[in-house]
Amino acid sequence: MTLPTDPALHARRKAKERRFKTMSYAAILVAGVFLVFFFADILRQGLPALKQAEILVPIHFTQDILEYPESSLPPEYVPLVSRGVVRLFPNELHATPKLLGSTQERWVLATADVDQFLKGKPNRLKAKERRTAERLQSEGRLRLAWNIGFFTNGDSKLPEMAGVFAAAVGSVYVLLVTLAFSFPIGVMAAVYLEEFAPDNRLMQIIEVNINNLAAIPSILFGLLGLAIFIQFFGIPRSSSMVGGLTLGLMTLPVIIIATRAAIRAIPSAIREGAMALGATRWQVVWDHILPLALPGILTGTIIGLARAIGETAPLILVGMVAFIPQPAASFLEATSVLPAQIYTWASDSQRAFVERTAAGIVVLLVILLSMNALAIFLRTKYERKW
Amino acid sequence: MTQPLTIVLFLGLIPLAAFGYRLGRGKRLAQSATPSPFAGSAGIFGWYAVLGAAKPALAINLAALGLYLAGILSIPMPVVAASTVVAAMVGLFLALRAIQPHFRAREAIEKTIQRMLFVASLISILTTIGIVASVIFEAIHFFRLVSLWEFITGTQWNPDDALRPDGTVDSSLFGAVPLFAGTLLITCIAMSVAIPVGLFSAICMSEYASPLIRRIAKPTLEILAGIPTVVYGFFAAITVSPLVVETAGRLGLQADSTNALSPGLVMGIMIIPLVSSLADDVISAVPQNLREGSLALGAFPSETIKRVVLPAALPGIVSACLLAVSRAVGETMIVVMAAGLQPVLSANPLRGMTTVNVRIVDAFTGDQAFDSPETLSTFGLGLALLVITLGLNIISLTVIRKFRQRYE
Repeated sequence: MTLPTDPALHARRKAKERRFKTMSYAAILVAGVFLVFFFADILRQGLPALKQAEILVPIHFTQDILEYPESSLPPEYVPLVSRGVVRLFPNELHATPKLLGSTQERWVLATADVDQFLKGKPNRLKAKERRTAERLQSEGRLRLAWNIGFFTNGDSKLPEMAGVFAAAVGSVYVLLVTLAFSFPIGVMAAVYLEEFAPDNRLMQIIEVNINNLAAIPSILFGLLGLAIFIQFFGIPRSSSMVGGLTLGLMTLPVIIIATRAAIRAIPSAIREGAMALGATRWQVVWDHILPLALPGILTGTIIGLARAIGETAPLILVGMVAFIPQPAASFLEATSVLPAQIYTWASDSQRAFVERTAAGIVVLLVILLSMNALAIFLRTKYERKW
Repeated sequence: MTQPLTIVLFLGLIPLAAFGYRLGRGKRLAQSATPSPFAGSAGIFGWYAVLGAAKPALAINLAALGLYLAGILSIPMPVVAASTVVAAMVGLFLALRAIQPHFRAREAIEKTIQRMLFVASLISILTTIGIVASVIFEAIHFFRLVSLWEFITGTQWNPDDALRPDGTVDSSLFGAVPLFAGTLLITCIAMSVAIPVGLFSAICMSEYASPLIRRIAKPTLEILAGIPTVVYGFFAAITVSPLVVETAGRLGLQADSTNALSPGLVMGIMIIPLVSSLADDVISAVPQNLREGSLALGAFPSETIKRVVLPAALPGIVSACLLAVSRAVGETMIVVMAAGLQPVLSANPLRGMTTVNVRIVDAFTGDQAFDSPETLSTFGLGLALLVITLGLNIISLTVIRKFRQRYE
């Protein structure tokens, strides 16, 4: 018996096979290329913000500056120096009166436009100001210095003064609330569902419900936070408490699902062994199941928190996009968070904020990637294969 | 000035608990006449006493909170704190009286623990109920002002002008069709990126790729899933939109600077990992012998995938796509930052248009009062969003579960 062979057909089939295979590799390549392009683009836009323009200016401390702070500088410098710096000179004179009558040479923050000019980007400097800036640059009185203020300042209406500190503190607060709420409840719920729950209708509903909750759009959690936490419970708007609780509800299913998976991976021989020695069910859970499942639980928790820390939409709904220049001092004070800060900067029309936005994104991505790296580290180091 | 008193009273519960622990443990030790080998387990009686004190204390606080929230009675905090301490003492006394020679403290404690765990597992249900209730409750307020029919069929969305000078509301300006159309169009664009790319990467990873490539590709896709949406939004608005405008210009087309295409494309990229990981799972769940049978008949791998594996995995793949759609419909930040605010009814992806989620966020970034028609309208939109995503999720989760059972 011979098989019907048609060389032309075979060649066609083979070409099809090759096309299909190429397409499947191309799909992965698309994702990879996008990722490279994306990171390169964000870094290209954000890294310049690590440097900030400074000007060496002579500051004359006279009686007049209490009334007109700008009079402390030679007139041609005034439009180039950040207003945020100049308005502090009177305070300085108040603090140290012996400065009166003296002249100090000092590197001070330039305006965002000078900064953008130095970096060769579009700016709003007038022709005369640009000439001054060029002259100062050739005299070595204008330079780019490390931008420490970006990490130590809060938000500001002046791009050159704006920093991520207040928002980062807010993010830490929110994260603490989220963790304190979702970790214990999530682990308890998962332990109950895996170790104690009877197999009945209610439990099936809870199961479906948890999976469903994990797929509900985050913005609806924002509406929940608004209606329940703010309107009903009266928790202050914009506070890290309300933001943290909202994100906590969102993180809960992630932690429950991860914990259940970790518990399920533990072989039943462990439980049976402990029970055979007379341990009660809770003793089995507390002394054996939880310690063994801990790496898996922690990995899931970190991944859930990493998602929560980058979440923006529900926080906008509970009012966390307000202009907050100072870091919050308590859980009930209005605060901003990193992604909300990125959002407010991104919607600002001033060109110089684009750079700040991208730099804020770099900070956020560094935090997220290190959290994920920590999760992967925990998983590979402590996870046991049974 | 009452605050320090309240704090002192609440802090007083801590030494009370420690004291209760010692009393409970001490009573047990005194009862066992001879030092037994199980003396270590006397600690459990201490814990029993602590729990005995904690339960009524917690109940008092919950009751006070409930009364306060229901608006019936606002009890001053020092009074709550004082009665908490008294209740804790009474509870402790009762618990200590219960400790008798044949009393089984561990059983009693485990029952309490189990109850606590049960309550914790109910919180997820309460969350769902909370979401549904809060959205529906406020949406009802909205639909009293605007008829449901006009909301879902009207083609004009302009809440800013809807409040007439005489205080009534012009409900014809609450037509949500342009918003739904915007959501639909952007979702379609996103799906036309996410589904083919996601599906092909899943096929590549489960059928073609060597373990090495798998080890690199999987984390790469996971990184894509871990990038916050606000970052994608910035990228879509600052980098992709100008690219789209420029490309359209080269092709002789006119594109708005905020167009529907850029958020759609970026959202598609964002959803790739969701599609690929779900599809990877279901494709891997197809039994190996189906593949081997087909290959043994002389089919190429691609023919096996197209004629055998994919049809077998179809329910799972469909539900993965449904979940992806639900994710795209619910995605907010990308569209908020890159899709614009004009409620335009158009099928041209190069025009700026707005979506349901954009209007929800927009209503809360202004200074409207909570009961203004525009703010209330967000709950109407939220309800629509909830119904759509909930429906998609439930269908796809059910299908996926049925599918898993088939091959187990």
